[in-house]
Amino acid sequence: MAILSSSIARKVAMALSGLFLVFFLAQHFTINITSVIDPDTFNSWSEFMGTNGVVQFILQPILIFGVVFHFVMGFVLEIRNRNSRKIKYKSFKWNTNSTWASQNMLISGAVILAFLGLHFYDFWVPEITNKYINVVPDDPTHYYTELVHKFESPVRIGLYCLAFILLALHLWHGFSSSFQSLGWNNKYSKGLRGFTKFYAIFIPLGFIFIALYLHFNQIH
Amino acid sequence: MKLTLKIWRQKNNKAKGELKTYPIDGIEGDMSFLEMLDVLNEGLINKGEEPVVFDHDCREGICGSCSLQINGEPHGPDRLVTTCQLHMRMFNDGDTIVIEPFRAKAFPVIKDLVVDRSAFDRIQQAGGYISVNTSGNTIDANSIPVNKHDADESFNAAACIGCGACVAACKNASAMLFTSAKISQFALLPQGRIEATERALNMVKQMDLEGFGNCTNTGACEIECPKGITLVSIARMNREFMSASLEGPLSNVWSKKG
Repeated sequence: MAILSSSIARKVAMALSGLFLVFFLAQHFTINITSVIDPDTFNSWSEFMGTNGVVQFILQPILIFGVVFHFVMGFVLEIRNRNSRKIKYKSFKWNTNSTWASQNMLISGAVILAFLGLHFYDFWVPEITNKYINVVPDDPTHYYTELVHKFESPVRIGLYCLAFILLALHLWHGFSSSFQSLGWNNKYSKGLRGFTKFYAIFIPLGFIFIALYLHFNQIH
Repeated sequence: MKLTLKIWRQKNNKAKGELKTYPIDGIEGDMSFLEMLDVLNEGLINKGEEPVVFDHDCREGICGSCSLQINGEPHGPDRLVTTCQLHMRMFNDGDTIVIEPFRAKAFPVIKDLVVDRSAFDRIQQAGGYISVNTSGNTIDANSIPVNKHDADESFNAAACIGCGACVAACKNASAMLFTSAKISQFALLPQGRIEATERALNMVKQMDLEGFGNCTNTGACEIECPKGITLVSIARMNREFMSASLEGPLSNVWSKKG
């Protein structure tokens, strides 16, 4: 991995993997939002994502690689950055010159990572088990039922909301920051920054809305 | 005004330092921060104690010698000034002021508040220069057209005095604002393009070797920079480095030779 030995190359790699995950998030949200509009659409789109060979065997491994790469590189950089100041300041006023979100990407990232663990346990693990290990006959309507079922527990809703607030903070800094890392800081950056801030609020809020909507509109 | 100073005292590079408290009286708002420290030192010398050691030279904000982390911010609470230009009127009677050296692994403490910033010199030496023909037929720099925007941007970057406030302010102790200013001031001018590839590669390499952290775009550096260098410089360095990586010297992995 000699190509990733330099600080700037790593920064660019963080930005690119981050942008890829931002793009994935939009796609994930687009499918999820159909669950509150029309459960049939949600089921058919989920069925497509769950059975399409390209999605399953090419895009899904790329996504997993992207996630793993982003957090492993994040931790590697964090360790180096911490080592760069062995003796800490007694007084350090970071809040006069920067935002909480920009200073604490590790915290927001770690919470998102923990949430991904829960998310995998909730959806991905049973999905893969049913599909490839137990080989349960495919029911193309189980996606919506499963989704609604998961949102019954108020504890899960709470964790879900917390994770998405942290995701909003992570995106608030990370999305616009990735363009800076790629060297894209010019007259269009202000407008782009506006869009990234909107995205950072809108998408997590949308996911929270879906969770709360399905929680309070349980079909019994 | 009456103040309580908490100052980092450290005998030498090896010793373990600590914050020591010094009460001080009779400070005028028109004094600079360094003049206030002069008053303190005069008192300490008169009492037969060791004066507080700190870096300073021009005392007009251009040499880049003075440093100091004052109440958690490099060069103190004022903006676009160095410590020597910081006036005591920025503080109130009865305030406690914590004074620490700039902290970074790459900036080891020499004594008290003085740190070794020669890492910056080595970054500069790794590529912060241009080659000019001086063999008697030197071409006047003004004969090469440079557009106004680029000239202004280059001068903005060249305003960097290498004080190290960017490193001190950064939670990662990253030197990217400094390095990017030194790369930018040449990258924007035709004279600097000749060695642009090697410059970007070598200066970034040296920066990494010195043990500075990585940039996470918090933007703390540009707020604390006494000369107003902005993150635009870092973006430019990233572009310069990326294109240099593609153009730079490559070992021919396909050949069996060497």
